[in-house]
Amino acid sequence: MIKIEKRNDVPMALYFFTPFIAIILTILGGGIIFYILGFNPIEALKFYFITPISNLYGLSELLLKATPLCLIAIGLSFCFKSNNWNIGAEGQLTFGAIVGGGVALLFYNQEGFYILPLVILAGAIGGMIFALIPAILKTYFNTNEILVSLMLVYVSKLLLDYLVVGPWSNPEGFNFPETRQFSDSSRMPLLFEGLRIHAGIFLALAAVMLSWFILYKTYLGFQIKVSGLSLKTAKYAGFKGKTMILVVFMISGACAGLAGVGEITGPIGQLHRMVSPDYGFTAIIVAFLGRLNPFGIIFASLVVALTYLGAETAQIFLQIPKYTGQVFQGMILFFLLASDYLLFFKVKILNLKKNELRN
Amino acid sequence: MYKNFFRYLISAIFLLGFSVNSNADFKVGFVYVGPTGDHGWTFQHHEGRNAVEAAGIKTTFVESVPEGADAERVIRQLAQSGHDLIFTTSFGYMDPTNKVAKDFPNVKFEHATGYKREHSNVSTYSARFYEGRTLLGHIAGKMTKTNTIGYIASFPIPEVIRGINAMTLAAQKVNPNIKTKIVWVFTWYDPGKEAEAAQALIDQGADVIMQHTDSTAPVQTAEKAGVWSFGQASDMQRFAPKSILTSIIDDWAPYYVERAIAARDGKWNQQDTWHGLKEGMVAMGPYNSAMGADLVKEVEQLQKDLASGKVHSFTGPIYDQKGNILVAEGKVADDGMLAGMSVYVKGVEGDIPK
Repeated sequence: MIKIEKRNDVPMALYFFTPFIAIILTILGGGIIFYILGFNPIEALKFYFITPISNLYGLSELLLKATPLCLIAIGLSFCFKSNNWNIGAEGQLTFGAIVGGGVALLFYNQEGFYILPLVILAGAIGGMIFALIPAILKTYFNTNEILVSLMLVYVSKLLLDYLVVGPWSNPEGFNFPETRQFSDSSRMPLLFEGLRIHAGIFLALAAVMLSWFILYKTYLGFQIKVSGLSLKTAKYAGFKGKTMILVVFMISGACAGLAGVGEITGPIGQLHRMVSPDYGFTAIIVAFLGRLNPFGIIFASLVVALTYLGAETAQIFLQIPKYTGQVFQGMILFFLLASDYLLFFKVKILNLKKNELRN
Repeated sequence: MYKNFFRYLISAIFLLGFSVNSNADFKVGFVYVGPTGDHGWTFQHHEGRNAVEAAGIKTTFVESVPEGADAERVIRQLAQSGHDLIFTTSFGYMDPTNKVAKDFPNVKFEHATGYKREHSNVSTYSARFYEGRTLLGHIAGKMTKTNTIGYIASFPIPEVIRGINAMTLAAQKVNPNIKTKIVWVFTWYDPGKEAEAAQALIDQGADVIMQHTDSTAPVQTAEKAGVWSFGQASDMQRFAPKSILTSIIDDWAPYYVERAIAARDGKWNQQDTWHGLKEGMVAMGPYNSAMGADLVKEVEQLQKDLASGKVHSFTGPIYDQKGNILVAEGKVADDGMLAGMSVYVKGVEGDIPK
């Protein structure tokens, strides 16, 4: 017979250590999968985790890929910490990209130092407004924010489809579903000649610092953490629950919107249908792998970004199917949840004798 | 002294590294937008790759590469890792392909269905799919009982509008009462949406379903509803054996083999290729016996005439929806007009989404 008991004394150090266990288990699990697929596991893992970042270009691509993941996950950590399940970061990212991209298109034939800040601001506001929808519906109409935020992802994606096919499509683009290229003044400055890493990374780093400050040094952060631990306690302490819900969703939406604007003003340079390969969903894994801790999230976003790059490299050099990248992301989350379960619960296998059962 | 020695050594290693890049090391890379098992667009490009491999040339592919920021990295990685010729097989790779081509002047690039050739090492290629649509229109015009043809369209780009028009013109020639109903799904590949669109068209009275999307869902929906359909991109017959009358097959293999050998032997030149039935880039699947021997014979003759140039898909008089003349009697549309086609011909219902 198996009995499950809650542990009361979970050491903090172990709590932050289990993500590493999850990553090690994922690497081992990946090796086994490669072996079953008929590849040399050591070689495959080398192409997966080392080759992609063995040169400057690779490192730049890693940071480029990690930037939106980190930004979104930082925003999500505010929601998740306070028990608000915002699953729609992908939609907030898309809407931010739409609003920011709209401003960039307004200035498509103009140059000026003020354009990029305007575009970035518009993107953040766009994401914020879009995140307010599930927040307001939750606080005033008691709707389920998981459903609302998730469904809004499709709304924003369809809106983007409509805009790039219809009113915003490039007049010289033969009706192809994409807008004009943005002017250079709407583009994120590149940090190094020849590499794609751009100034958006500073937005991510600023978000990390700011979120650490808010979460650990302010009254709002205290409210968020208490609400996450126990809603009843928060109510008893007299916290204004509704305002807090609105604020965390706004922060989360603004971060996702910034990520969207970073993509379109950074590597993409225009609006089209593929603004994000589901960064908003992958960032949920990043947020949990990073333990909802700002610095943990930096680390987690780099690890998850590497699974994308590794999948490409492994396919180029060994022709390993590219979907192993998604398998890796799935495994990381699975092993993390599994080790969390074992961390918080004791599994006892009871050796009962017949007469004990009878009692 | 030592310093110089090392400098020579390093440059010697570098020179060696570049000079061993001879025929034996010649490699071709492919970038796909979908999975190799989509049984449509990417599947056919993959078949083309297999043919290059069978010709004794080493190849590599990367599948399901999103058309956003990731494409540039994948193309660049292929160029960096010693691939000499790279095929990028979706429209959305147009700008990334040209960007990478600029940085790798010694690598050749081939971009499918695009129009930008910004550097001398970028070629573009596409197929005259509309010739196949003409054959489909002829068959559909003869087979329909309701005089209504349902068309599942992806994006209102010239290529798709060309297909709709070519099909409608050919159907009208054999059946003047033909109406073409269109559902725009705004995707290349989404089995759920495509199936819904097929059902909606069947509900509106269409008894022949055609698609300019890549999944097998529309033909399967048609099979269930007992109406006719046509396969797209690859031979889809086994997914709907009763319903499919024939398929338009994209056969990239001869082109890929030819270009790969040309690049290997140093005979590659920039070009813009637009091949059709004549060159075999567009091919037809087996004709369904339900068409009857006479119709099959007719269509096979038309196929020959299109290939030889005796018949052109867009022969005047052609009118737009309002009755204005687009192509005068006795004239044929030139490639420039075809490449930029953005209006429906008479007989197509509805408006092009704007």
